[in-house]
Amino acid sequence: MAQADSAGLARSICDAERAAIARALNLLDDHRPAAQEQAAQLLQELAARCREPHRRLVGMTGPPGVGKSSLSAALIRVWRERGLRVGVLAVDPSSPVSGGALLGDRLRMKTAGDDDGVFVRSLSSRGEFGGLSAQVWPMSLVLLAACDLVLVETVGVGQREIDVAATCDTTCFVAQPGSGDSIQFLKAGVLEVPHILVVNKQDLGSLASRTLTELRGALGNLHPDGDWQVPILSTSATEHTGIEALADAIEAHHRWLVERGELAARRRGAQARWVLRRLEQEYGRAGIARLGGEQALLARLAASEQNPFSQYETCRGQLQATA
Amino acid sequence: MSDTTIKRDRPWLMRTYSGHSSARASNELYRTNLGKGQTGLSVAFDLPTQTGYDSDHPLARGEVGKVGVPIDHIGDMEVLFEQIPLEQMNTSMTINATAPWLLALYVAVAERQGVDPAALQGTTQNDVIKEYLSRGTYIFPPGPSVRLTTDLIAYTVEHIPKWNPTNICSYHLQEAGATPTQELAYALSTATAILDAVRDSGQIEAERFAAVVGRISFFVNAGIRFVEETCKVRAFTRMWDEIAQQRYGVEDPRQRRFRYGVQVNSLGLTESQPENNVQRIVLEMLAVTLSKNARARAIQLPAWNEALGLPRPWDQQWALRMQQVLACESDLLEYGDLFDGSPVVEAKVEELVAGARAEMARIAEQGGMVACVDNGYVKRELVASHTRRLRAIESGELQIVGVNCYRETAESPLTAGADAGIMSVDEAAERQQIESLQAFRAQRDGQRVAAALAELRTAADAGDNIMPASIECARAGVTTGEWSQVLREVFGEYRAPTGVDVAEAQRGDDDTIVALRERVRATGEELGRPLRLLIGKPGLDGHSNGAEQIAVKGRDAGFEIVYEGIRLTPAQIARAAQEEGVHLVGLSVLSGSHMELVEDICRELEAAGLAGLPLVIGGIIPAADARALQARGVKAVFTPKDVDMNAIMGDMVDIIRQANGLDSAA
Repeated sequence: MAQADSAGLARSICDAERAAIARALNLLDDHRPAAQEQAAQLLQELAARCREPHRRLVGMTGPPGVGKSSLSAALIRVWRERGLRVGVLAVDPSSPVSGGALLGDRLRMKTAGDDDGVFVRSLSSRGEFGGLSAQVWPMSLVLLAACDLVLVETVGVGQREIDVAATCDTTCFVAQPGSGDSIQFLKAGVLEVPHILVVNKQDLGSLASRTLTELRGALGNLHPDGDWQVPILSTSATEHTGIEALADAIEAHHRWLVERGELAARRRGAQARWVLRRLEQEYGRAGIARLGGEQALLARLAASEQNPFSQYETCRGQLQATA
Repeated sequence: MSDTTIKRDRPWLMRTYSGHSSARASNELYRTNLGKGQTGLSVAFDLPTQTGYDSDHPLARGEVGKVGVPIDHIGDMEVLFEQIPLEQMNTSMTINATAPWLLALYVAVAERQGVDPAALQGTTQNDVIKEYLSRGTYIFPPGPSVRLTTDLIAYTVEHIPKWNPTNICSYHLQEAGATPTQELAYALSTATAILDAVRDSGQIEAERFAAVVGRISFFVNAGIRFVEETCKVRAFTRMWDEIAQQRYGVEDPRQRRFRYGVQVNSLGLTESQPENNVQRIVLEMLAVTLSKNARARAIQLPAWNEALGLPRPWDQQWALRMQQVLACESDLLEYGDLFDGSPVVEAKVEELVAGARAEMARIAEQGGMVACVDNGYVKRELVASHTRRLRAIESGELQIVGVNCYRETAESPLTAGADAGIMSVDEAAERQQIESLQAFRAQRDGQRVAAALAELRTAADAGDNIMPASIECARAGVTTGEWSQVLREVFGEYRAPTGVDVAEAQRGDDDTIVALRERVRATGEELGRPLRLLIGKPGLDGHSNGAEQIAVKGRDAGFEIVYEGIRLTPAQIARAAQEEGVHLVGLSVLSGSHMELVEDICRELEAAGLAGLPLVIGGIIPAADARALQARGVKAVFTPKDVDMNAIMGDMVDIIRQANGLDSAA
């Protein structure tokens, strides 16, 4: 793709043309060198657009069976009512035996399947990054350029899955009523504290309210970022209660980030971690050490305005030069 | 033979599951069948009627009159039973989500014939729980569905006392892959879920409850392992007696009888050497008739050519004659139970009962059958069982004559005729049905319709029994789509779990699958990203077993599979293909509406700029249609004779390679 072509594709993405978004996502997924080069150009074209402060990137994670898909679908309805264009990246685990995966189960159909304001791409974890797809970060940038809000949904029970959500501006963790696991994780510090905690299946009654109380207790004075007070909300996707409040809390966190001028830094930090993990996967901890060690590398990456693919290539170049 | 008169048992009710094209054509067929000695009717409704859409609804396109008769309003129902006196008839209706509506129409037609509704006899299938697990004609979420089921039961027990208000189905569970133990456990757990709901609804006084238990009947499948199947129906009989007595305190043994009807297995009927299906059907019929103490009350047999397409009247007559030969010519009905006291049979029955009890306990632990449908447990178990079965066929461990062994065959004269041995539905039927529906709407009393629908909404909202308001809707000329739409607005719609999410992955111990995975991986490598397939189930057909198995197999072969369940519109499928960036779209259609649906999907794909995206289809597709589909650009047509799923996956890789300009080797 020539420079002009990627500019044209970028324009079509900004106009939210579905064919263009789909084509761009396929391109980002394509590991062949020529495609990666085009992808880098494309992301460079889209960078300024992605930085527009009203565009938000929301992560949602939690153990399997907790009703995340239903909750996502309910949230998407609320966002649509509020006039937002929504992009969704849904990450499902892949089979360790075959590498294959079953994707997209239910989410799209529960949202309005014919609504032009919603775009859903399913991804398999493909065993990368220890259970999360390497494509999530660059793909969410493309969707951000086309949509007002991008939702990244992952199935997760531990830190590695949380990491996907942690690359987002706002992280929601959905806890299972009656299961103490997530509370134990929080207490033990295994779980990075999310920005918003949700107990879904409020319709389970006392079980849900007990979990709510326990979470409040477990959370104590933990704060993920500065003085953000973590709201603990209860929802019922089936009865559609608490969804508006959850959407409001997500808005509030986004406002909080923007008012403190932290949105851009957060995005750069997320991108730096993405580049770091990719390098780590290819060159191991030794490679990271040769680039000056994790902290220094992260600081250097976070200070750069380059697109993620170019950052990655720059680091690779340095590694090959020192090899 | 001695000349003293031998006392013979009364034979079971003999039916043929039928209906197609229009109420007029189906009425003629019913009267012909009754003339041939059939003793009851079994009405097959088309998919729009089963899923609550009028014939002119966009989702009904291509489906009207295909798998059954279209019934839009009382006028159609009246024609369907013209010159069939309802007070003498025993009518079984395979109807579930819209069962209260079809019963309401039946009652209203009886009124017009001058028949007292209290005298009506027959059955409404009215088992939505199995629709979530197999078959797929549900509309509403489980809560409201169970409520509609219980309303119909409570109403008929009071007002139509000889009616069987629900036929709890194990039939479709076996089609979805259930083992005999699972069939027992899931059907009986469904029955207790429904009876508990009726009891808890407070619509029936405690002292009348035994009568409700006595009206519950079952619809059972009989497969080719006919000895085990005999034991299964004996196990059902024993367990139901126990449940009725212990759980519901029913004293009268007659009210504890396991009363059941049968349709023998369609899953095992083959497209290759289809004449062999005749002996399969006969053996399966033996399973549910040999044991007098566990004998079926009503039997309908499939036709030998079901896996090829729609049976013709002659094919259905042949199926009826099988029953008549057994009942009239053989000496079966002259004896008591043949198996009482057999230690072999008793041991097998005990084994099945023990297995079923254990599985029922697991269901109960998770909150009962409704909870286990909603959380996906039962569906996952069924998908896993079905996967094991197909794997056994693939490996040859399970032999199927003419399919994976003894495949050499002479040309069959049965399929050599101009019609290729099947019936085709009149192309004009859909258009004519829509015209007659529109004419009906134009002449009815609009005010009365509006008032009846308002009353229906009030009853639905208030939790009143849905039947009286539905019967008034029937009289007023409300349509099937209008009745359903009001309830959709009150109750909402539902999508059931697909069950494919956690079915086990095939272990990489078999050379074929390992080689296949390597091809999938290498082709993905060449194309720059992993191969992705969209498995689409368009139209109203909810028979999703095939699509689910392809999805699971595809995952096991290393594809990334996007599968979103049943009842998708062509636009939704094209949209998913685009958004998900897939390399190939695979469709599954079993209702016979493949021509219309494929045409619509091709157009939608072209509109989305995906004209070059390869499309394949699987289903019950006659050879002539397959050729027409390929001419339209479909890259491959798979039918039930394609049992080697590894080969199907291999074909898909070839098709993707070809579509992307790669050589066919690798």
